[in-house]
Amino acid sequence: MRVILTLLLLFASPALADSSLPPARWANEQLPDPAQEARAKALMEELRCLVCQGQSIADSNAELAGDMRALVRQRIAAGESPDQVRAWLIERYGDWVSYRPPVEPLTWPLWAAPLLLVLAGAWLLRKRLVRRRG
Amino acid sequence: MNRLTRFLPLFILFAFVGAVAWRLSSPADEKIQSKMIGRAVPAFTLASAVPGKPGLSSKDLASGSPRMVNVFASWCVPCIAEAPLLAELKARGVAIDAIAVRDRPEDVAQFLAERGDPFMRIGADPESRAQLALGSSGVPETFIIDGKGVIRYQHMGPIEPGDVSALIKQWEEAR
Repeated sequence: MRVILTLLLLFASPALADSSLPPARWANEQLPDPAQEARAKALMEELRCLVCQGQSIADSNAELAGDMRALVRQRIAAGESPDQVRAWLIERYGDWVSYRPPVEPLTWPLWAAPLLLVLAGAWLLRKRLVRRRG
Repeated sequence: MNRLTRFLPLFILFAFVGAVAWRLSSPADEKIQSKMIGRAVPAFTLASAVPGKPGLSSKDLASGSPRMVNVFASWCVPCIAEAPLLAELKARGVAIDAIAVRDRPEDVAQFLAERGDPFMRIGADPESRAQLALGSSGVPETFIIDGKGVIRYQHMGPIEPGDVSALIKQWEEAR
């Protein structure tokens, strides 16, 4: 019984929620211009996949991430700057879509956190540091 | 160092663990709402997704009366679940167009034959470009667009029986 089940599972086709279309042309193909490709790649690593929300579109296998990579490459190839492409996506999905948070009042605590944590650590260690020096 | 400050790091640890445990037990809403609500439909022109039915362009959506745009795909399982409710919306007088994401004409035709066809126009979006332009992050999603072509409402995920009246209300308000 177990053998039959295993065999059945081996040949079962997975029920993937994926389309039957191949990836978009520029989803996995590099741009011919290395400088443009480098800019596109750097941007893709800072854009968040809408489907698997913890990954960048550079890392994600989701089809929508592939289409987003194609969009980034097409727009960079058409002469747009990475900041313009990022702004286009932020216009639609908010700051959420970008892994580079803007510096604004809402995100000041985020940017200040590393400094505050180092200061807090120094305060906790202050006695030991002083003692060792003496 | 007095007793209270000595335990401060421990209190901070408890607060941190508490915060993490709380977020794990009640996860945040992961839906990413489109920021395009309240703005004009971005320009797009999509070819017909299925023979015998016109394609969809952003100009079709500024027709003077509100329209619903369903973003769907034949390969999308929740789209099957919402099909009868789209039929109900159509029966109640809602004009519905569609964008078929990453789909093939024969697959769309088969899906419509099996699940019903409440759509006036269906545009083919093979590289999800119109979907991304609308700020949509998956299938199925449903937008309500007023007569001037301004996006008024976005419903994310399949339409469930309890959503129909809210969608009708939004559609009435977009008049």
